[in-house]
Amino acid sequence: MTVAVSILPEQQLAVLNAAYRQAVARRRWRLFLGTVVFAAALFLAAVGAEVNLRTLFTYFGNFVSYFDRILTLDSGQRVWTDVGEWLWGWRKWLKMLAETLLISYVGTLIGATFAFILNFFAAENTSPAPWLRFVVRRLLEFARTVPGIVFALVFVIAFGLGPMAGVLAIAIHSTGALGKLFSEIVENADMKPVEGIRSTGASWLACMRFAVVPQVTAGYASYALLRFEINVREASVMGFVGAGGIGQELVVAIRKFYYSDVSAILLTIIVTVFVIDITTGWLRGRLFGKEARA
Amino acid sequence: MRARYPDVFDRPASARLATPAMIVAAFAILIYGLVDLDFSPSRFVAGLSQLGWIGRMMIPPDPGSSLPVYLKALGETLSIALLGTTLAAIFALPVSLLAARNVVASKILRFPVRRVLDSIRGVDTLIWALVWINVVGLGPFAGVLAIAVADFGAFGKLFSEAIEGADQKQVEGIRASGGSALHEIRFGLLPQVLPVIAGQVLYFIESNTRSATIIGIVGAGGIGLQLAEQIRVLEWQKVSFLILMILVAVAAIDFISSKLRFAIIGRRAIA
Repeated sequence: MTVAVSILPEQQLAVLNAAYRQAVARRRWRLFLGTVVFAAALFLAAVGAEVNLRTLFTYFGNFVSYFDRILTLDSGQRVWTDVGEWLWGWRKWLKMLAETLLISYVGTLIGATFAFILNFFAAENTSPAPWLRFVVRRLLEFARTVPGIVFALVFVIAFGLGPMAGVLAIAIHSTGALGKLFSEIVENADMKPVEGIRSTGASWLACMRFAVVPQVTAGYASYALLRFEINVREASVMGFVGAGGIGQELVVAIRKFYYSDVSAILLTIIVTVFVIDITTGWLRGRLFGKEARA
Repeated sequence: MRARYPDVFDRPASARLATPAMIVAAFAILIYGLVDLDFSPSRFVAGLSQLGWIGRMMIPPDPGSSLPVYLKALGETLSIALLGTTLAAIFALPVSLLAARNVVASKILRFPVRRVLDSIRGVDTLIWALVWINVVGLGPFAGVLAIAVADFGAFGKLFSEAIEGADQKQVEGIRASGGSALHEIRFGLLPQVLPVIAGQVLYFIESNTRSATIIGIVGAGGIGLQLAEQIRVLEWQKVSFLILMILVAVAAIDFISSKLRFAIIGRRAIA
């Protein structure tokens, strides 16, 4: 079987080729321009951030040797040769770790509760009044954009040092983040049940309770679990500003150059984060089926 | 109706009690937590009144005479975010290829790469900032490196997921025409994943502006340094001004990067 390859006449080909070349040239030109602008921005940023490659190269050895040092015991041996000596403070650390987990749990639950209450006012389809929606949305945005640790700094001054400030900071930040996600779920909910319930003469509260909530709880729980995961990480640094948890121990160890303690505490944090990630992933899978995980 | 749908009306007690039991358990842990973390109502009320007082002191926001310093700090923060994210993306791309199932078939290589990425991700940016301060000293450069390392972990995972989601047909086509493994990646995979990756990088620049505002709290440069300082010396008017600056900057970056993302991947791909 032979296949005929059609060969266009020279003139037609020239026109098409020219058009093609022009299109390619335009694309290349735009790419080039984009690269130049990006490179210029990077250069400006490098000047702004006082990047000094010489410092980096001179001190890069420090980075490597830092890990060398934190993996060495006072006796000069590697940490894993004497696990008992390495993890000497495990009782205290586990207690601090438990406090960290408790901070993130309580913070997430309080935040999720507030987000649950507020999200119906923030969602487009359920909000009782436009001005209320505007106010609630701005409020949530504020709670979300200001970093949790800034709240923690302020709360430490207001409520005193300790885990209370950490919990409240995490609660506020979670309210902002979850409120937005929750209201997005509500906006995707089916409105027909709401109409059905409203047609029976039910109040706004009843509409929410019997028509919207049953549709959205699974999504809520999934997002709340995800938030818990993130909050564990965040709670691990709350101690840096005096708001409780294991961060306090870590920052002391880093500042006072207790090298092997640094690696031991980091190890406990990493292991905990792993365990939490795996557990919540498994829990989400159990609760909502495989698809909900993706 | 009751007679026709018995299983709706007469659910077994275990099914009816499961949800309330879970809620009660969740709140029991909450109460335990509140007690254990010493939440006392009197402390809470006292704190709230203190907070109200702080709020009143914040109004009106006023930079005093340090506006130029703050603007410079904000510029530093934006620089940290941009540079850190770019560095992370550059280093994460090759590593993410190693972590993707459809590029590296052997599990022996993939497993350690992924665990390393996971470990890097498990450590918060602030902790990385502290480590880098020990290496290169105080200042924004430590911030850049901290963000670069922390994001390296996140990007490695996200990119490798994007690569695993790519269509294998193009790659097979290139293999069929005799291309090498590098050709497969360059012409088969990268054109598919680059727009996705570009979108993610832009999104991270956005979220890193937020992280970059706080790494100053531990001394790694940027506006967080000013913020922490003003909070410690109780200059509340300056604090509220700095918070406003952060909010405006984040909103501006949000706006610009969402425009750019639309321009790069097209409106449909995001929605």
